[in-house]
Amino acid sequence: MPIMTPEKTQYSLGSVAQIPLGEGRNFQIGGTEIAVFHTRQGVFATQAECPHRHGPLADGLVGGTQVTCPFHAWKFDLTTGEPLMGQCALQTYPVRLTDSGDIELTFLGEAAHFVS
Amino acid sequence: MSDKQKLVVIGNGMAGARTVEEILARGGGEQFDITMFGDEPYGNYNRILLSNVLNGTQDPADIFLNPLEWYTENDVTLHAPARVTQIDRARKEVRSNDGQVTPYDKLLIATGSRPFVPPMEGLQGPEGEDKHGVFVFRTIDDCHKIAGYANKCRKAAVIGGGLLGLEAARGLLNYGVEVHVIHLAPWLMNNQLDAQGGKILTSIMQKMGVHVHLEKATAAVLGDDSVTGLQFKDGATLDCDMVIISTGITPNNELARDCGLTVERAIVTDNQMRSVDDPNIYVVGECAQHRGRVYGLVAPLWEQGQALADHITGRNENAAYHGSKIATKLKVMGVELASMGVTEASDERDEVVIFSEPKRGTYKKLIIRDGILIGAMMLGDLNKVAYLMQAFDRGTPLPEERLSLLFDIGAPSVEATMLEMPDTAQICNCNGVSKGQIRKCVEGGKRSLKMVMEATRAGMGCGSCKKLVSEVVEWAAEGQVEEDPSIHYYVPGVALIKSELVEAIMAQGLKSVSSVFETLAHGVEDAGSKMGLASLLKSLWGAEYEDERDARYINDRVHANIQKDKTFSVIPRIYGGVTTADDLIKIGQVAKKYDVPMVKFTGGQRIDLLGITKENLPKVWKDLGMPSGHAYAKSFRTCKTCVGTDFCRYGVGDSTGLGIKIEKRFQGIESPGKMKLATAGCPRNCSEAMVKDLGAVAVEGGNWEIYIGGAAGAHIRKGDILCIVDSHDAVLQIMGRFMQYYIENAKYLERTYGFVERVGMDKIRSIVVDDSEGIAARLDASIQASVDAYVDPWLEADTPATANQFISTLPVLQA
Repeated sequence: MPIMTPEKTQYSLGSVAQIPLGEGRNFQIGGTEIAVFHTRQGVFATQAECPHRHGPLADGLVGGTQVTCPFHAWKFDLTTGEPLMGQCALQTYPVRLTDSGDIELTFLGEAAHFVS
Repeated sequence: MSDKQKLVVIGNGMAGARTVEEILARGGGEQFDITMFGDEPYGNYNRILLSNVLNGTQDPADIFLNPLEWYTENDVTLHAPARVTQIDRARKEVRSNDGQVTPYDKLLIATGSRPFVPPMEGLQGPEGEDKHGVFVFRTIDDCHKIAGYANKCRKAAVIGGGLLGLEAARGLLNYGVEVHVIHLAPWLMNNQLDAQGGKILTSIMQKMGVHVHLEKATAAVLGDDSVTGLQFKDGATLDCDMVIISTGITPNNELARDCGLTVERAIVTDNQMRSVDDPNIYVVGECAQHRGRVYGLVAPLWEQGQALADHITGRNENAAYHGSKIATKLKVMGVELASMGVTEASDERDEVVIFSEPKRGTYKKLIIRDGILIGAMMLGDLNKVAYLMQAFDRGTPLPEERLSLLFDIGAPSVEATMLEMPDTAQICNCNGVSKGQIRKCVEGGKRSLKMVMEATRAGMGCGSCKKLVSEVVEWAAEGQVEEDPSIHYYVPGVALIKSELVEAIMAQGLKSVSSVFETLAHGVEDAGSKMGLASLLKSLWGAEYEDERDARYINDRVHANIQKDKTFSVIPRIYGGVTTADDLIKIGQVAKKYDVPMVKFTGGQRIDLLGITKENLPKVWKDLGMPSGHAYAKSFRTCKTCVGTDFCRYGVGDSTGLGIKIEKRFQGIESPGKMKLATAGCPRNCSEAMVKDLGAVAVEGGNWEIYIGGAAGAHIRKGDILCIVDSHDAVLQIMGRFMQYYIENAKYLERTYGFVERVGMDKIRSIVVDDSEGIAARLDASIQASVDAYVDPWLEADTPATANQFISTLPVLQA
């Protein structure tokens, strides 16, 4: 099994204005789809699909720092990925807003993120 | 030396022991060294089951609630048999007849009561000893004595035809004695039943072989050493060789009175169940008098114990007991009986509903005031009693249809269903939750419907099993269900009921969902509350509403219905289900162009294009050139029609024309729940108008019956006739007026079938048809404003409302 060496770890995803306030959108990074949420509490990034039945989390309803999947209302904490209703935690990714309002995501590649 | 406080409990009956259990459950074992005194030489037992011990159906060992080991396991010191003889409040200690002096920091008096024996001659023998053959019925020892004596007897008299007296009579029948019940009042169980119910009960008892003597006052017990008979005040006598006196109870107040506590009928307490004179002395059970009332049943005692335990442990310093509404359910001599509240109407407003079938021993009576249940009794058939007890306890309005309050028509009884239902039975078919899972969840401590639903997900799919889930929860919790306050809120995340919420929104001019969270929910945004708030704000502010798209469900953000593979379904509007060859060709061309995986006719006479990606939605809409059918929204959906007078041989009214007019007028009107409509050209009802949220059915003579509150989804209900009108225009006017009234007054997601039952047809008819509140013109104007404000949401294909509205995955810019 080869050890994945990511070419880079910081991804600039562009202006946060691409995502309407309170909603989420997906970004494709390598072979991984990541949902980024633009909430009133800041930006958060998680795996794109709900672990239950693959619902699109970016299309979910956000409340505070929680997201509810549009399929069967499983609910997760965006800061930790922990499930609040349902089972299985979400993978989360470090993400921040730069001073110019751009989204900056840290992505170390699949292997690195799934070690834990 | 322990630094714990000393809690001394006088009384080891149901009240004392249960309260100690409640205290332990709140961590009271860490706070208190607990000592209990019990008069009887046993652990604690369920007095309610004594009659079973007497009639031999239960072994005494089976009725113990807390065996002696329980006390050791919980570090509770039990002195039994030991009787406390004095409370010294100044020194804060109690003295008992075993010579002990026990100090306390907190004292709990749970001395209960003893049988009340009315004054009569001959209770004692010549030497002043208790006459042989005279008994009371209160303890296990009483049971043993009665049983022992009954074996030698031929004929027994029970004085007192209340609950306990009848239970004793039933017990005695098993010993082969002839049983006579002597009762002072004109009918049996006069506290729980009215005259007619009492009469039916009497005849049931007589059929069982019990002799009943009514309006008889006992003057004397006859016989020298042993009982030989009874002498009544009217001069009559009755031969018997055994007497059981069961004429009520007297609270054991003496200890409290002797130490200077206020005692009226019982020891007077405040709302924390403390003596009004001494904050270190708590009182619970039959020896407590709260707000002038003394309770002799177990349910109030549980409630007192809970409040007391919350308070004494500091778990909730504001804990308070506010009195209990008395509802009892019992079995007298095998006859099931329930009683709650008053037994007679006392006001001319009171509505009395009675069903009586004396031959089968069935009697049901409800007393309703202003739509609220204030009293009920049921004899013989208790199918509906769980619902009635809940409605009585909570004071919730009853459904209009009174018949369904008395009978489960066509459905098996809840209790029978629960008992027979195996643990593996699936309750929630959407999320696959079994009865056993719900039972375990309740037994694990989750005692409210909401907690169970969130933990198991039962009832959180289509919602149609919610009532059944609540019944299982209630059954599993054995009546100890807790009510979650948030069920009364309009949305769970804002702690206000609808009227309070509306008032706050209007007073503070809140026009967006985020401003409501900011102002009324301490800034805490709750996803589960967003859609409800959006719906409410839109109905309150109309065009002034500040629409925030994140408050919408995905379907309402992209005007299509999301499917399991993340694609969407597209249903264009086809007014009244009538289309043209050109439109069909266009739909077919679009389906081909986008390689639509499934083209399907819907139940609402439209065509569904399934499997469209989010990105393709605007293109599909533009190519179709037809308006949205709103098949995804909480709004007016569609108006199904039959072919009416145009082609049908039976049609008596132009249902197709009317349906098209209805759909053109009300398309896109948003509402708390979806509204499905239909028009039928004759009462054959081919378009199923009678089971729609709103329906119009043509009847001979040029008239239209307007139905509301119908449903044929997860819940099935035939609509009620709101009124009969004579023109298409009148149908449109009344339908619009009802819609507006529903929009303004329904709870979020409450469909018309629930709304109609909750509010009541009489009230809706008087407001919508007869304009009893003078608001018809305003309702008409409001719905007209909504009609005028209609914009086809599919126009957002050209003018998106938000950035990347129809794009799921955005490109990553290369740095």
